[in-house]
Amino acid sequence: MGKFLFRRLLGAMVVIWAVATLVFFMLRAVPGDPFLAMMRESDPAAAAQLRQDFGLDLPVYIQYFKYLGQIIQGNLGTSIYGSRIAVARIVSEAFPRTMSLALLSFALAIIIAIPAGLISALKKHSKLDHTVTLIAFIGLSMPDFWLAILLIIVFAANLQWLPAIGYVPLAQGFWPWFSHLIMPSIAVGAPFAAIISRMIRSSMLEVLKTDYMRVAASKGLPRARLILSHAFPNALIPVVTVMGIAFALLMAGTVVVENVFAIKGLGRVLIIGILNRDYPVVQGAILVVSVIFVISNLLVDVLYSVIDPRIRYD
Amino acid sequence: MDSETDLDGTARLDSEETALDRQRQAMRWRSLLRDKKALIGLIVLSVLALAAVAAPLVAPYDPNAMDFDMIVAPSWAHPLGIDDLGRDLLSRLIYGTRISLFVGFSTVALSLGAGVALGVAGGYFGGWVDTIVMRYIDLQWAFPNFIIAVYLVAVFGTGLSNVIIAISLAFVDDFARIARGMVLTIREEQYIDAARTLGLSDWRIMWRHILPNATAPIIVQATVSISYAILAEAGLSFLGLGVESSTPTWGLILADARSFISRAWWLGVYPGLFIMITVLSINFLGDALRDMLDVRETDDPGKK
Repeated sequence: MGKFLFRRLLGAMVVIWAVATLVFFMLRAVPGDPFLAMMRESDPAAAAQLRQDFGLDLPVYIQYFKYLGQIIQGNLGTSIYGSRIAVARIVSEAFPRTMSLALLSFALAIIIAIPAGLISALKKHSKLDHTVTLIAFIGLSMPDFWLAILLIIVFAANLQWLPAIGYVPLAQGFWPWFSHLIMPSIAVGAPFAAIISRMIRSSMLEVLKTDYMRVAASKGLPRARLILSHAFPNALIPVVTVMGIAFALLMAGTVVVENVFAIKGLGRVLIIGILNRDYPVVQGAILVVSVIFVISNLLVDVLYSVIDPRIRYD
Repeated sequence: MDSETDLDGTARLDSEETALDRQRQAMRWRSLLRDKKALIGLIVLSVLALAAVAAPLVAPYDPNAMDFDMIVAPSWAHPLGIDDLGRDLLSRLIYGTRISLFVGFSTVALSLGAGVALGVAGGYFGGWVDTIVMRYIDLQWAFPNFIIAVYLVAVFGTGLSNVIIAISLAFVDDFARIARGMVLTIREEQYIDAARTLGLSDWRIMWRHILPNATAPIIVQATVSISYAILAEAGLSFLGLGVESSTPTWGLILADARSFISRAWWLGVYPGLFIMITVLSINFLGDALRDMLDVRETDDPGKK
């Protein structure tokens, strides 16, 4: 396990390095100078001064090594705009918002998906199963930002039960935090719930067909025990393997949905950075989002080996 | 003499088998039409495609003309209402069908071409070619397609052609992975050895003998990808990273509506409904195709 962890960690670091490098060189390969754009090309001297401040007058390879060195020290540069806030600060303020949203959506989706998938599998081809299937199809086909808007129309604009936009940290109380996050979480979690419930259904059906289930049934075990302690844990294994990809999907959802609810998480920071051509911010946000993906993939690999004792990595 | 009859016999057997194959194929297609979901999907998609092609004929008004009172609820004259700039929403959405379907199909065509080429080359040649292909797939696989598309738009800039390039590149790894996997299986078949012994060129073997046997999972993946590409385009447009803001696209129309949804629900509901119905039809069709072509669910639950 130790050897496996080490190898995976090394691999994860290579991926992060590759992303950092790709982003660095690709952003520099595009035409258009953000500083000139900022100065509206009216004051070349001021633009040159800014370029010097940001080290953009240096040769590209020196910029690159400086950039890598800074990343290792946790320095992501400063925003080009306004009061030149440190990107590390912008990103670290955004991070808990995105994680709150991602984790709450994850929890909601699992709470819905597990019973839905189980019921679908146990009542295969019943009316209930077909209904659940149809709902899952709709969940997969609905754009998350549209679901977000529908929720705002119903629960904020008309019923006025929930605040339409914004974010409140958990430190200011559970309800304010929850009431701001529940609609975004549903919007982000819906496609995720759809996928997971389908996965649970099909893997449950596979398990129910196995010999050991027939043996357990013929021993006369009660059906509830049969399903909960024999079938379900085994059915979870393939579900966990796709959890990494599904979590990535969920993070992609937060990028869009944060923008609907004006939650200043990583997604909103990234998009505003792109729209402003604020390269240091874009670089920093992409890097942090990428690190989250790489870590979640790693966690899933480890979790997989914990859940399924048959899997040994070394 | 004897050997000749034998040859004839095999020839006849062969042609009988191909006939049988063809019959089976026809039966499968018929069963696709009997699948209610697939039928609904096909009908809806045909209607949408027609609307896209014939938009100037079908749309009741000019999609960009600000001819009417601002923000008017749906009525007989304007079945889906009027937007904040006095434009007919139905006409705008009908024109939006063009962009969505065009981006959906063109991006998947591009990423399918590039991905299959990469995957087949990697799987067939092995060695360092395969190593490069695998590294590339692994790197891209760590990120959801939509995020990659956002990254790429950040680099390339917005606009229709950039969006198409970004989304196509984001989907390449899905096809490369499937194609590579298929080639690795097929490469071991005896008929490939036979073809090689006959001295056929690598190109001919890949094109005539490997690819035709790898089509089923690629078709299924393509269908799924079209729906994700349409969602991705809508998402990019919605974020302001899509096509030019003067073009009516579903994502943009929805983004523009955001400030008015408390007063005008129809502006928030209908654009998304168009996106959902389109994507749902494609997903129905994809599901039926998967059953028909008997493609096992891959370990990819659908990345966006």
